[in-house]
Amino acid sequence: MRLSGLQKEVLALYRHCLRESRRKPEATRAHFEKFARAEFARNLHLDKRDFGAIEYLLRKGKRQLDAYSSPGIKDVR
Amino acid sequence: MFALRSSAPRVLGRVSAVRPATSTLLQRGMATVNDPPAEKEQSKMKTFSIYRWNPESPSEKPRMQSYTLDLNKTGPMMLDALIRIKNELDPTLTFRRSCREGICGSCAMNINGQNTLACLCRIPTESKDDVKLYPLPHTYVVKDLVPDLTHFYKQYKSIKPYLQRDTPSPDGKEYRQTKEDRKKLDGLYECILCACCSTSCPSYWWNSEEYLGPAILLQSYRWLADSRDERTAERKTNLENSMSLYRCHTILNCTRTCPKGLNPGKAIAEIKMQMALGS
Repeated sequence: MRLSGLQKEVLALYRHCLRESRRKPEATRAHFEKFARAEFARNLHLDKRDFGAIEYLLRKGKRQLDAYSSPGIKDVR
Repeated sequence: MFALRSSAPRVLGRVSAVRPATSTLLQRGMATVNDPPAEKEQSKMKTFSIYRWNPESPSEKPRMQSYTLDLNKTGPMMLDALIRIKNELDPTLTFRRSCREGICGSCAMNINGQNTLACLCRIPTESKDDVKLYPLPHTYVVKDLVPDLTHFYKQYKSIKPYLQRDTPSPDGKEYRQTKEDRKKLDGLYECILCACCSTSCPSYWWNSEEYLGPAILLQSYRWLADSRDERTAERKTNLENSMSLYRCHTILNCTRTCPKGLNPGKAIAEIKMQMALGS
């Protein structure tokens, strides 16, 4: 399947989130992964042509990823 | 308090108008007291058309929502109206405000096509048209009238907006300046970083990633002009490229819009002159 640029960006962000959670302590890693998946799953219903909304969520996601990937954050519930 | 003061004479005025002319003396007495306010206190309704967008439902498009207020019961400034709308009509309306006197720069927004501070902008009373309120143009919107200024602050940080010195002061106390040197900072240090000028600059709209924009360049010049700063050369080399400074094409929207009456256009011109003369 050929993906659009926006779809690739979303997938890249998703993979980046999961990769970042691998830096977290092993005990809580699952929490980070679950949290990231839930954040994406929450907006699965969006129409793929709703560019404005998807771009906004991408920006929001990147901001969240920045915040959560700081080494000071050990766990997420 | 406003409500009390404005509603009391109006009630009296209506009574005097309805009262039949029984005694000319009494009527004249009442008329002189009550007529002028009765004329003035016609309720002045004004409609505010405000940009609304909620990040909780991102698939919903932004829309304009109208609110109508009686100006007699509202303070004179746009911010008074916004606060009243939030208190009485719609608590979900979101905007930033803090000092209500033009010193914090929180309430910067686009009012009737002009970037300005809501707390320094009078509600236009001469025309009956709706007032249109938008967030600062070409910014990502956080919610309603709140713009995302992260990038703007990041650029501000990138110019190192603080005194950089290696030599200690001769007497080990404070760094002194002559009165003339201090005068050079007038018109620069008053900037409150409200981002009105930067977001009104077409050059900044198209190149905000690399072009610093008028507000940040004004601050750059504030540190270049400071006689106590010792990294002037380094600051200049940081601006020596085609994007950071030279995207300014002297459009002067910045100077026209500045709610504090500063002149970022002139500051940028001064930087350009310093760079050109190499002084």
